[in-house]
Amino acid sequence: MSYINGVGLTSYGKHQGSSSLDLMSKAAELAIADAGLKRAEIDGILCGYSTVSPHIMLATVFAEHFGIRPSYAHAVQVGGATGLAMTMLAHHLVDAGVARHVLVVGGENRLTGQSRDASIVALAQVGHPDYEVPLGPTIPAYYGLVASRYMHEYGVTQQDLAEFAVLMRAHALTHPGAQFHDPITVADVMASKPVALPLKLLDCCPVSDGGAAFVVSREATSERRVRVRGCAQAHTHQHVTAAPALSELGAEIAIAKAKAAAGLAISDVRYAAVYDSFTITLAMLLEDLGLAGRGEAAARVRSGYFGRGGEMPLNTHGGLLSYGHCGVGGAMAHLVETHLQMTGRAGNRQVKDASIALLHGDGGVLSSHVSMFLERVR
Amino acid sequence: MSERPADWTRGTEVIRYQVCRNCGAKQYFRRNFCAACGATDRLAENQASGEGTVYAASLVARAATPETRAHVPYNIVLVDTVEGFRMMAHGDKDLAIGDRVMARFVPFAGRVVPYFEKIK
Repeated sequence: MSYINGVGLTSYGKHQGSSSLDLMSKAAELAIADAGLKRAEIDGILCGYSTVSPHIMLATVFAEHFGIRPSYAHAVQVGGATGLAMTMLAHHLVDAGVARHVLVVGGENRLTGQSRDASIVALAQVGHPDYEVPLGPTIPAYYGLVASRYMHEYGVTQQDLAEFAVLMRAHALTHPGAQFHDPITVADVMASKPVALPLKLLDCCPVSDGGAAFVVSREATSERRVRVRGCAQAHTHQHVTAAPALSELGAEIAIAKAKAAAGLAISDVRYAAVYDSFTITLAMLLEDLGLAGRGEAAARVRSGYFGRGGEMPLNTHGGLLSYGHCGVGGAMAHLVETHLQMTGRAGNRQVKDASIALLHGDGGVLSSHVSMFLERVR
Repeated sequence: MSERPADWTRGTEVIRYQVCRNCGAKQYFRRNFCAACGATDRLAENQASGEGTVYAASLVARAATPETRAHVPYNIVLVDTVEGFRMMAHGDKDLAIGDRVMARFVPFAGRVVPYFEKIK
């Protein structure tokens, strides 16, 4: 058994002058306060990585900086799936009695700490060093390849993909911490600069500064009880050249195992938090997870299904596409927003019912997957 | 450990792949063992014909280094070769999924890379 007892999130965008450790500290402080705990009560730390300030022992660097002496600490690296992978590990650690209160933290000054080119070059290294990277691909190109194939097999169009960018922007407009506050239309997405076709600028998440953190504990520390009901991972490949067929990707494997672990079905889910590094990522994952039929996710966006007032509210903070993407913290914002929704604290973004939530993270090029069900316990 | 034969990743205009004589698996990313069955010293080093079919394509318009930026836009493709393995390469800008293609080699960012053209 484990509970998400507290969450912390900075605004995403520019935090000029803040280091990765500063952003991690800010989020950690918020999460610990939210859990009603003191720093000294944190006995486990899991953190992600920083491409701006790489370190072989980031968890202890952070622990010293923040002022904690944990009995368990290390970093975790699974690309975009890192936040949920850490949450899954924290869940198992507290369940096994290894630690009582595990702080899960990620943060990076990825926007102001390095040039955009440096970010793009650093991230492209998830490609194969001999057989892919020399060809000059970028992360958008890896996903552009996947997008071209997905569109070919399932009849998805660029206009369909644009719908996801428009939805995430509409959601971000209602969150003061989001990086973007200008509404966009499908026409704007279509007219935005080509990056790696079929993906255009507005199909891609931005580079951001920001931090996010949670406290995962064996016992609930307040009446706001949000429990990890079940979770699972799947890792089918690293490089897009070695990816399996579209019908055999890891999201379907992870969600099947998570459903079994949680004893839940997709029909039980009331709120969805799904990784959205690119519009194609979100479209594919929604369909792989069973939140929409194959090739039908865009139609569900158009019908309002994934809107705040829809049947399956999705990424109500704006997701990576419009709240922002600061690396490990990026997708952790999805969990923070989910927690706020589940505990009735989402303010003007509050949905009617978020009693059971499904979260899904993806790292690499649909390489690593984590599916997780959270449940509000009354 | 077998000697690594030269191919395009090492500056020679050849595409190579490995076939496992134990289980029959084919692999493009070279290793000293078969990733399917684990066999060692059972790998044949083969030269590919360069013929294949386009599996996916993405035209890169935004590159991140001065060397690659000089080439934009360039089309990155995944090709399923007739020998039965998939590879990443460059290709003509108008290639479509399903096109039958043949490889040649072109200079790119200070190296030589495989480049696929449609078979007329």
